[in-house]
Amino acid sequence: MKPPAFEYHDPRSVDEAVALMARLDDARVLAGGQSMMPMLNMRFVLPGHLIDLGQIKALNHIDAHADRLSIGAMTRQRDLEYSPLVRAHCPLLTEAIQWVGHRQTRNRGTFGGSLCQLDPAAELPAVCAALDATLTVASVRGERSVAFADFPAGYMTPSIEPDELLTRIELPHWPVGHGYGFVEFARRHGDYAVVLAAALLSVDAAGRITRASVTLGGIGPAPVRVTGVEQALVGQIASGALFRETTEACRSLDAMEDIHAPASYRQQLAVVMARRALEAALARAHPAR
Amino acid sequence: MDASTDNTTRRRIALTVNGRTVEAEVEVRHTLADFLRHQLELTGTHLGCEHGVCGACTVLVDGRSTRGCLMLAVQANGCTVTTVEGLAAADGTLHPLQQAFKDHHGLQCGFCTPGMLTTLVELLADNPQPAEHEVRVAISGNLCRCTGYQAIVDATLAAARAMQAPGAAQRPVEAPVLPAARAAR
Amino acid sequence: MSLAAPIISPARSGGSGETLIGKSVPRLEDDALLRGQGRYVDDIHLPGMLQAAFVRSPHAHAAIRRIDASAALAMPGVRAVYTSEDFSPYLVTDRLVVGLPSSHYKQDHHRQVLAADETVHVGEPVAIVLADSRYLAEDAAMMVEVEFDPLPAVSDCRAALAREAPLVHRESPHNLLAEFDMTYGDTARVFAEAKHVFRESFWQHRGGSHSIECRGCVARHDAMEDRTTLWTSTQMPHAAMRVICEILGLHERQIRVVMPDVGGGFGPKLVTYPEEVCVTLAARLCGHPVKWIEDRREHFIATTQERDQYWETEIAVDDEGHVLGIRGDIVHDHGAYTARGINLAHNSAENVPLGYEVPNYAMHVKVVLTNKVPVTPVRGAGHPQGTFVMERLLDRVARELGLDRAEVRRRNMIAADRMPYRTQLKARGGQWVTLDSGDFPGCMAEALERADWAGFPARQAKALAEGRYLGIGVSNFVKGTGRGPFESVTVRIGPSGKVQVLAGAAAIGQGTRTMLSQVVAEQLGRDLSNITVTTGDTDATVMGLGASNSRQTVVAGSSAHVAAQTVRAKVLKVAATLLKAAEAELEIVGAEVLVNGQPARRIALGSIARALAGTAGYTLPGGVAPGLEATEQVIIDDMAFSNGTAVVELEVDAETGGVHFHRLVFVHDAGRMLNPMIVDGQLAGGIAHGIGNALFEWMGYDENAQPVTTNLGEYLLVTSTEMPRMELFHRETPTPINPLGVKGVGECGVIPMTPAIMSALEDALSPFDVRINQTPISPAQLYALIAANAKP
Repeated sequence: MKPPAFEYHDPRSVDEAVALMARLDDARVLAGGQSMMPMLNMRFVLPGHLIDLGQIKALNHIDAHADRLSIGAMTRQRDLEYSPLVRAHCPLLTEAIQWVGHRQTRNRGTFGGSLCQLDPAAELPAVCAALDATLTVASVRGERSVAFADFPAGYMTPSIEPDELLTRIELPHWPVGHGYGFVEFARRHGDYAVVLAAALLSVDAAGRITRASVTLGGIGPAPVRVTGVEQALVGQIASGALFRETTEACRSLDAMEDIHAPASYRQQLAVVMARRALEAALARAHPAR
Repeated sequence: MDASTDNTTRRRIALTVNGRTVEAEVEVRHTLADFLRHQLELTGTHLGCEHGVCGACTVLVDGRSTRGCLMLAVQANGCTVTTVEGLAAADGTLHPLQQAFKDHHGLQCGFCTPGMLTTLVELLADNPQPAEHEVRVAISGNLCRCTGYQAIVDATLAAARAMQAPGAAQRPVEAPVLPAARAAR
Repeated sequence: MSLAAPIISPARSGGSGETLIGKSVPRLEDDALLRGQGRYVDDIHLPGMLQAAFVRSPHAHAAIRRIDASAALAMPGVRAVYTSEDFSPYLVTDRLVVGLPSSHYKQDHHRQVLAADETVHVGEPVAIVLADSRYLAEDAAMMVEVEFDPLPAVSDCRAALAREAPLVHRESPHNLLAEFDMTYGDTARVFAEAKHVFRESFWQHRGGSHSIECRGCVARHDAMEDRTTLWTSTQMPHAAMRVICEILGLHERQIRVVMPDVGGGFGPKLVTYPEEVCVTLAARLCGHPVKWIEDRREHFIATTQERDQYWETEIAVDDEGHVLGIRGDIVHDHGAYTARGINLAHNSAENVPLGYEVPNYAMHVKVVLTNKVPVTPVRGAGHPQGTFVMERLLDRVARELGLDRAEVRRRNMIAADRMPYRTQLKARGGQWVTLDSGDFPGCMAEALERADWAGFPARQAKALAEGRYLGIGVSNFVKGTGRGPFESVTVRIGPSGKVQVLAGAAAIGQGTRTMLSQVVAEQLGRDLSNITVTTGDTDATVMGLGASNSRQTVVAGSSAHVAAQTVRAKVLKVAATLLKAAEAELEIVGAEVLVNGQPARRIALGSIARALAGTAGYTLPGGVAPGLEATEQVIIDDMAFSNGTAVVELEVDAETGGVHFHRLVFVHDAGRMLNPMIVDGQLAGGIAHGIGNALFEWMGYDENAQPVTTNLGEYLLVTSTEMPRMELFHRETPTPINPLGVKGVGECGVIPMTPAIMSALEDALSPFDVRINQTPISPAQLYALIAANAKP
């Protein structure tokens, strides 16, 4: 299982990269390699050109602004995992990243690579959906912003042009004291989830939910923000009974079916994972003073 | 030394492997694992799947455990690579992990062992006194079909104790590159 | 059967230093492997070596109309492309005729060297490409044009038996490869009269070996010596040599087969494969050494594996739960060809009653062809399947009669005072299956005690009150090990004084070198560093049966022991002459013979060897025959039966079907243990396979016999986080049938795991009245059972 022949390019800047992407017809981008290299080794893809982004330092950063984190697309997952900035401002991401593959894959895998791969059961796309992330995409035509909700075009297909490059992900902060929970059901530790859930809660001093974000991964081709559940939660006093009652609605979501699991099983997991993520989030939530 | 940037099919690379400088010309599509095994004849790193699951090809790149089958040799230009052959001391004394594997029967056929060792070297550098569960999580990306993992876990816990014992030689194989300290390349 | 003096006590063997027998000596193999200095087949570099890649059929069943390699041959670095047509002039026979003999075959289907005009499973090799690198060979393999005409394919072995089923091989009359009965007693009468008869259907599935090292071989032809050497990652080098000689029309001196370090075998590597023949012939034809290394995707589609069995069974018992009879039918998926024999199906049927008193038994077995890669044993070789059926039937009896599951077993287990116990079964060679020794009830009692079986109901009730589902399961097993008839071992001392051990055994990671060194060193100086071991080389030993069936310690160990004793006797006799001392005063220490208490009087082993090599004109000392060596092939026709009991305590998350282990207790009796640490390692590794077989490993095919799990992300091997901590305990009931008293252990860990786990899952989910008659089972399937029965 050896890669096919290709021409190799390692641009040093975003400008150089997008120029190559505009010029070369039959090119694929290489980020962390944890998805692309297996596809090359198995010869599932036969690109004439491979554009390695690993030398573009400008894509590798974690910056905290007043209202958001700004993270370069080539930031290694491992750096997200150990970043004090991420832990302080976006603890959901710190929690979720523990579930992403294994230490070896996180050492090379990147934030942007996972997002562009858009595996339905991947953790990082679900986190972006949960946080209403904004993505920045660059090409020879300039930059444009994409709300994460608009990013998935279909099964493992992001809505970016062949000559566009994901450069940045912005994660808006949730208020201090917010609760977060990330749970997943997988066959083995480190596997892609069968179903995962991410929950974020803001709760006031009376225990009333003022804001909720509930996201499911592994249900459909893209992460699903379960807005029906979110709306049912806001304004209610948070409790286990409330979560149990509202998450039951997840059972009627459209769910994928394959040789490993029928749709009804994924729907069951959706209900259970959503509830457990909310329970975890509530345990961590404390209203700001 | 920068790799020549004008060639898209063959590149010159320079890197450090097990403490020694290596300069070589590589085909761009050759994986790091194949480069180590065939061009450098360091056959200790093994190929078990070539799709990033089994972990037999794990080496340390700048102190970080890395699947050698999922990295191109050209990407290792300027890096410091440690393979299983670089774990023992210069005088041949086994690394405490290697010694612990021997004492606790942490290997049978030996094929997964180099990947296990490099992964565990990184673990113990990051976390010198891991709990059993942390050891299991650390090697959850390394498949072994012989041991059932328990002896490997026991060996690792024993090595951790030995490495922390008073008077134990502190001989980090490769200081891991922490994010804050990452130097511009 | 010759029996040399058994090891009774350590002192017999030489007096100085501690005995090596029974000691957890660190392994001699480890140092090189830990340093990355092992030499596996892909580590072999030879000057001018070419790399091979195979073109394989993507169809489950197809005719080959045409092969055009011209585009491939034009590609850079490509040196040759060979098809069946190119090889045919050099083949005496174009098939690998390998099946273990049996009168039950209705038809023969042997694998082709390269497919000629019909392919019968996805992955069957059609052409071999030789190039300067594997990268280039794969490039070229993609460019070989093969015109296939797809033919109807059969996927399910039950469907294959239907009258209108497509034919797996288009020229054959039907898809039934073999059929046989394993029968004794009078089941018809017993079942007609029995008060309690319970029926169960089982689906048992196992997958592949997935040793972390795939297959591979390197061939080099030496024109000057007129011989070809094949280094191959195999478990049976002598079998490979035989097959290659037969197919290429060569004699034994023209082919040498050598095992390099092997990264695990687990059964499928004991098969000789078309690729090995192709690589050998390719090297002879092209004049360069040729290497082929199997990649993981090929391992899924071209290396043998186990697969599906469908059992319909009935058990008849009396009011006390005593088994009166068991009968049933098995439909067994054989795959498209015979790559080994029908032993897997035979063992499955044979193993059902083994550890229990089953007075009447009838199992009818159909071995069926399908358009999938051939089926041969993986670690356990049918014993897991037979044990699963017996243990699950006993659980059913317990439930129906309201008895404790352990009690039902107690009432039916073969008691210790019945040993040796001749069953009414016949082994494949025709011998009566006789259990040599063992205390099965005592073993189970110990396991239950250690697992606190008695205290479990309280634990379960407490958990249930908290809304948690805890379950416990027990399974016993008996495993025939040490399959004979022999293993060939030579022990030789040369003028260097080094003790050489040459064995037809095969080292595949299980510590063969250490085991043989311990056994031989025990007789000859007790210094492991003075022993060299050569295994797996057809030049070093003329005969060999290799690694399978947990046999090496028993058969190779026995031969090594006897050979070493013979050499020891000769050493002492000659040393007595040369030192002018009585034999009783002498001891062998390291590489020397010493007179007790008189260190000045000593002679090196090497000097004795030199003396026995003869000097022209001088008589040999001691009046003995020349040379200082002995070759033994201790004949052991009967198997030595290991036994054990596993108790599993686990928890099920009823909302997800997720399973979490709490405790795993495994009590095992492998007779005398030569190296307890190695025994533990074998058990632990086997248990991991067993857990995989219960909860993770499913080799999936669709209805067109296309494999659907073809990488390690889809086919799930157990990882460190899924394994519980295993509590292993040993009992030692030595066997009387070999001089070491040892029994095999390599496969034992696998065998009881699937029934113990299924029993525990049913126990945990008893509030839902769940029944589990399959292995493996996934969380989704468990959840479906729970949901189907959940009380509203």
